[in-house]
Amino acid sequence: MTQATQDADIVGRGNREGKRLFNEWFAGLTDTAQAGDSAAYVFVMGSLVEILRAFDFPIVFPEINSLQTAVRHISDEYLSLAEDHGFSPDVCGYVKADYAVQLRGGDHPMGRIPKPGIGVLTNACNTYIKWGEIWERMYDIPIFTLDVPGSRGAPRNGDSYETAGEREIDRRYVEYQIRELISLCEVVSGKKFDIDRCREVLQYTNLMGRAWRKVLEINKSTPAVYDAMLDGTIYLGVANALRGTPEGAAYFAELAEEMETRQEQGLGALGEQDEQHRLIFVGVPCYPIFRRFYELFSEWGGSFVSSTYMWFASGGLNLDFEYDLSRPIESLAEGLLVGVRSAVDSMLFHDRALVEAIDEYGATGVVYHPVKSCRTVSTSLADSRRVVLEERDVLALFIESDMMDKRVVSEAQLKNRIDAFFEGLNSKKLRSAGAASSVDTGT
Amino acid sequence: MESGYAGGVDVGSTQTKAVVVDPDATIVGQSLIDTGANVVTAAERAFELALEQGGIRASDVGYVIGTGYGRYKVEFGDDQVTEIVCHARGAAHMFPETRTVLDMGGQDTKAIRVQSGGDVLDFCMNDKCAAGTGRFLQSAAAALDLGLSDLGPTALRGEKPVDISTTCTVFAESEVLSWLARGKKIEDIMLGVHRSIGSRSFGLLRRVGIEEEITFTGGVTKNAAMVAVMNELLDATLNVSEESHYMGAIGAALFALERVGQPRAAKEMETA
Repeated sequence: MTQATQDADIVGRGNREGKRLFNEWFAGLTDTAQAGDSAAYVFVMGSLVEILRAFDFPIVFPEINSLQTAVRHISDEYLSLAEDHGFSPDVCGYVKADYAVQLRGGDHPMGRIPKPGIGVLTNACNTYIKWGEIWERMYDIPIFTLDVPGSRGAPRNGDSYETAGEREIDRRYVEYQIRELISLCEVVSGKKFDIDRCREVLQYTNLMGRAWRKVLEINKSTPAVYDAMLDGTIYLGVANALRGTPEGAAYFAELAEEMETRQEQGLGALGEQDEQHRLIFVGVPCYPIFRRFYELFSEWGGSFVSSTYMWFASGGLNLDFEYDLSRPIESLAEGLLVGVRSAVDSMLFHDRALVEAIDEYGATGVVYHPVKSCRTVSTSLADSRRVVLEERDVLALFIESDMMDKRVVSEAQLKNRIDAFFEGLNSKKLRSAGAASSVDTGT
Repeated sequence: MESGYAGGVDVGSTQTKAVVVDPDATIVGQSLIDTGANVVTAAERAFELALEQGGIRASDVGYVIGTGYGRYKVEFGDDQVTEIVCHARGAAHMFPETRTVLDMGGQDTKAIRVQSGGDVLDFCMNDKCAAGTGRFLQSAAAALDLGLSDLGPTALRGEKPVDISTTCTVFAESEVLSWLARGKKIEDIMLGVHRSIGSRSFGLLRRVGIEEEITFTGGVTKNAAMVAVMNELLDATLNVSEESHYMGAIGAALFALERVGQPRAAKEMETA
């Protein structure tokens, strides 16, 4: 095989393989459901799949199931069904779509979703706790809620407000709960916990994390080699679904290789189109019109070089942290602590991280997308925007819609604001070019 | 043969405005009509009327820019620019010291921070609903059986404004009726409606940062009570001109003037 053929195979592989792996995962869940078996239900923030995989539980991510109904343009069917059962239009769309999946016996556009046999959640999102209660009532299954102590304030320059001693107390508190979870899993699965199997799973997560960070890093190049909102969402799906598996680790090693190839060849995320503006996306994408939402930016040459979604929904893979396999449970507790804290801080204290990202990625614009469904993600965005605009000479766009509910997605209004944002960016770019030209010519 | 004139057509949700400027950026023709159901026809008709008023032939106009929600329906135009940027440009042209623009239209209210020359630095708009826009006023007027031109004078007679708390334009009508049922004067209810809209606009302005001079644009500038309420809330005298209603079209015409002689931009398909 020639180098050119090899490169042609590599470019685009991440999206192709991501879709294939995703389909395989859902096919496996369908088999589980059809066999009448149950699964472990977990969430993307603080999933603890490393423990659950050690017991060979099939894993279901209800958030991913829900967003898939929106991407496939049928979320309204699911939302309406839940609302017919009394849920308010204001309740999180992810919760309602999952509730409807349960009402429909697991019927889902990607296959059939098995019922939960156990639910594991953290307090990374307060809705998780109420969501878990629904499964508990519906199926009379154990729901294990891990209480992860939050940051005591915004981290500054990498330092926390906590002392090392306080952090160790917090870590032990989490470790104690993980050991409780292990005991519960032994009861539910009827299997004895295998620490070596857990080590193996943790090692795959470590490998995945290394590659994930490399992928994030490579997009600092110009042009950006992938779109952090569009492509990044595919990568996120695989990162969560296949965390702690050999397939997941291999996928991300190959993805990093693809990104290096794209970087070497100068292949930008926008294909034939030139990258005009480097943007950072803040929040959760607008899934009901996902492709069109992306195009509203890409048509102007806007490329998302980074996204807070790839931070807070990656289960801590973005952090420079690896599990210590010589002390797996202790280290898992530490990883969960820093991962969940970082996820919550990425939603609430992200102004500092954004300022750093603007510098590192050479971004000229920041797009804030608060969503009706999620106040946790959206609460601090307006304030963050104000701070970022004070600290850096960038333009910021603030557009509100939803990640599930197309009733609050007005494409005409979105387009109007996005067009005006790019008109401003273009004008600013022209002014900067004019100023540079004046300096060059000494005028 | 073109004679260096340029045109701007602002197709809004309620009304369509057209402006023609000469090579010195002086307005030589303008028109305003209801948009109605046929957006394409409204744009054409408004432009024809502006040409007619200025005694200009269409062939004398070198470049036309469409703006507003129906900007892609200005089929005879050469390019499109959003009304956000056009209002900023128009306001800075009419009032060169403008640093903040408040545009209150039929369905949108925009707060825009600009720099010298009218380049947009930041903007915010009402999201989700039309509370705080001209449509809110229309709804309240309908409930009280008042004509649009009566709104301002009626509100200016108010002394004890009622508190209008709803954020829903449709529910505003019920709230107005409930105040009537409680024996409140129409003048006080209307003043309350104006204050409610004003406070929402004030919130938008605070989000982008308020810096004087502040220029008020859009159809609602014709309403003296709204201008008075905004002046009071902002503790400033807002710039308002006779042409404020046309500001989007003026901005579009000024952008067009810069491009006279340039090739027509590739037309973008309307997908919204």
